[in-house]
Amino acid sequence: MMLAFSTGLAAQLVHLALLVAAAPLVAGFVPWLKARLLGRSGPPLLQPWRDLQKLLRKQPVLAFNASWLFRAAPALAFAATLTAGALVPSFALGMTTAPVADLLVIAGLLALGRCILALAGMDVGTAFGGMGASREMMFSVFAEPALILVFFTLALLAGSTNLDAIAGVLRDGALGLRLSLGLTLIATLAIAIAENGRIPVDNPSTHLELTMVHEAMVLEYSGRDLALIELTAWLKLVLWLTLTAAMFCPFGLATPEAGLLSWPLGLLAWAVKIGVLAVGLAGFETCLAKMRVFRVPEFLGAAILFGLLAAVFLFVSTGFSAGND
Amino acid sequence: MFGAQSIGVLAPSAAFGVLSYDMAHLLGGAALILSFALLYQRRVVSVINIYAMQAIVLAATAAWQGWSQGEPALYVTALIALVAKGVAIPVALYRIVVRLQITRTIETTFGIFPLMIVGVALVVLSIAVVLPSTSAAQAHTLTREDLTLALSVVLLGMLMMITRRNALTQVVGFLSMENGLVLAAVGIEGMPLVVELSTAILVLVAFVVFGVFFFRIRERFDTLDASRLDEIASSHR
Repeated sequence: MMLAFSTGLAAQLVHLALLVAAAPLVAGFVPWLKARLLGRSGPPLLQPWRDLQKLLRKQPVLAFNASWLFRAAPALAFAATLTAGALVPSFALGMTTAPVADLLVIAGLLALGRCILALAGMDVGTAFGGMGASREMMFSVFAEPALILVFFTLALLAGSTNLDAIAGVLRDGALGLRLSLGLTLIATLAIAIAENGRIPVDNPSTHLELTMVHEAMVLEYSGRDLALIELTAWLKLVLWLTLTAAMFCPFGLATPEAGLLSWPLGLLAWAVKIGVLAVGLAGFETCLAKMRVFRVPEFLGAAILFGLLAAVFLFVSTGFSAGND
Repeated sequence: MFGAQSIGVLAPSAAFGVLSYDMAHLLGGAALILSFALLYQRRVVSVINIYAMQAIVLAATAAWQGWSQGEPALYVTALIALVAKGVAIPVALYRIVVRLQITRTIETTFGIFPLMIVGVALVVLSIAVVLPSTSAAQAHTLTREDLTLALSVVLLGMLMMITRRNALTQVVGFLSMENGLVLAAVGIEGMPLVVELSTAILVLVAFVVFGVFFFRIRERFDTLDASRLDEIASSHR
């Protein structure tokens, strides 16, 4: 018992450290690969690290009317995202936080982080902050129901809303290939793109004011506050990649029974999964152009639709509840 | 929540995890997703591309069913779907588009969002129709979901024909409807090849007629917008 607890705690700490360490790496890798695919040499892989170091040395500049919310928001958003990240199993199941790793908790923490940043965007009353915040909220109005549908479909399939349990069930392959799983995968990828502000929903590297969404919202931030906000955004990307891998490709995850010996395999599998997803993201972004802001609800509407279809087909394949017959 | 007994009554859980069934189900689902993509897409060229993809998925379904049912006739169906619907018809459609110079046309149908909701409602309708009429006792539980998927593809094709105004995309809706029929046919064991051959020939003939029609409509009205035909009909009354 004691041994299982200490293994879980160790896995948790390693997981958190790796998550934070991987965030700038992935954030550096994707633009580098995109640049290579476009025939440019691209920024160095460690550019995000250097940006962080540069920003941390600088003093933040605050608007004269900035409230406490504006100053606290970066730390709060980072804390919410990091907590959500702590719940998503990356290389091992049965971490210390596994009992509370509920899908709804993760959705709630992500929503909390987004909400805090949107409030902060509106705080100092500049036009871009408000516009970015309103657009971000408009997207999340569509992304959240889709996410909840995906989560409920998975929960119905696996018989639990606990991510650790779901990953465990799917890892054993007991469910086989399911149409519902395929549909939820498509929905999840669309939601992940919208949540992370990637092309075609938002362009993370743009600084053209009219097309910015997330960047417009955090335009007022500078110095170490901006460093924390950037790190939050990168962490969120890694979180979503890990979440997608945990929900749809939980193979190679170390189980608590197997102990420390299965960790290297789990770590390797996680690195491969994140790498494949990051390469896929870079390729996808290279192929597409950003869509008009008012077409994004259609894009996310399609995600809601796939979530709904997944739930509907789940009922077809398992039959309507017993009371119906 | 789902009790274990409710799962046991209607669809024996043993049916899942059987690769031949899962794969057919997944391919049918891919065809359905592509039907939704057809509804969603506004560009004429992309519509043709998605139609070709749907035909290729259909060919894969037929080939997979041929392998899992041990029925060589289904390979012929797969070949027809691949060559005629996956390559020949899309190429011909593309050439018509180039000839009529409508490559960059963007069609504004009524809102995508209501359209998608109607689409989901149609899928639910097809489930509501298929499930009671094929009770677990008499029908093969495995073909039931295939039938649902196929009926959904047919209904979505009809929806596309109703909502589009461009004659060319209406025809793509018709062709995708026929894909749904073949999808239903390959899922049922013991369907004679004659049925699929005759639908395939029917589609090819219909396509030639449509091709002629495109040029005639265009010559007459300077557009492929089929709603113009209604105006003519009312003016002759």
